Amino acid sequence: MSIRRPFTRGQRATIVNGMLAFVIVLVILQLWLLTATMNAYLGGDDSVIVPAAAASLACLLLNAGLLRYLYHIERTRQ
Amino acid sequence: MADEGREPLDVRIDSEGREGLTGTTPASIYRPLRDAEQVTLPPDGKPMDAQPAWRTDFPIDWPQDQYVERRDFMKFMVLTSLAFTVGQFWIAAKSLVRRGNRAPSGVRLASTDDLAVGDVRTFAFPTEHDPCILMRPADRTFVAYSQKCTHLSCAVIPQIADGVIRCPCHEGIFDMASGRPLAGPPRRPLVRIELDVRDGQIFATDVEARTV
Repeated sequence: MSIRRPFTRGQRATIVNGMLAFVIVLVILQLWLLTATMNAYLGGDDSVIVPAAAASLACLLLNAGLLRYLYHIERTRQ
Repeated sequence: MADEGREPLDVRIDSEGREGLTGTTPASIYRPLRDAEQVTLPPDGKPMDAQPAWRTDFPIDWPQDQYVERRDFMKFMVLTSLAFTVGQFWIAAKSLVRRGNRAPSGVRLASTDDLAVGDVRTFAFPTEHDPCILMRPADRTFVAYSQKCTHLSCAVIPQIADGVIRCPCHEGIFDMASGRPLAGPPRRPLVRIELDVRDGQIFATDVEARTV
């Protein structure tokens, strides 16, 4: 029989480090998207604006999902 | 009691109802174990769940502090991610507004006789808040650009004898014939105003922003 045990603090620290690395990569991607989109907008090119906004929103949803999971494992511990 | 002095076992390690099982002894006879990871003991002795939020958010032992600071940094990064997304949608909204405000077509700027070779004239197009410059570098050549530098919107100055347009703020140089940046910090060409010269009159017809 398997038992669901709460994560230990060491395990949670490893998880939060991994998630943080992923979130940082996504935020850097969003920064690049924002600067590239602004450059295109100022240059009169509107074709990239909607795809870039959609990609940025997808990154935000991923980040928010990871943060939600972090809260979830904290609640499980209590 | 018979179990006084007995070392309590970690209740998390075995199956439900038989946690810390040794032989056939039910788990319920053991005292509940204090959280082994809780290095810091609150001064009032109550469990951490009953403590105020600030005490859990500002731990005094290193491992918990490192965990909390990474967790809070992750919250900050997600907030940054939200800000970037809001920025993207702000650009999208600005784009929609810009698309709705099309430049008026066929605004008369001057007659060809008013503008001698080497002359420069300022005008506003498409709105009164968009300063532009009209130049006549050669007899049959008329060019017009936005007067805002594409670096930080300083007013650019044409130097017709040199065939360039110069931005005095950061020494940006643009080619007069094409509007493309030649030197300095600007990376995008000047916004070009499309002209129509007919019957000795010069008309501004459209605005062309470019990335390269």
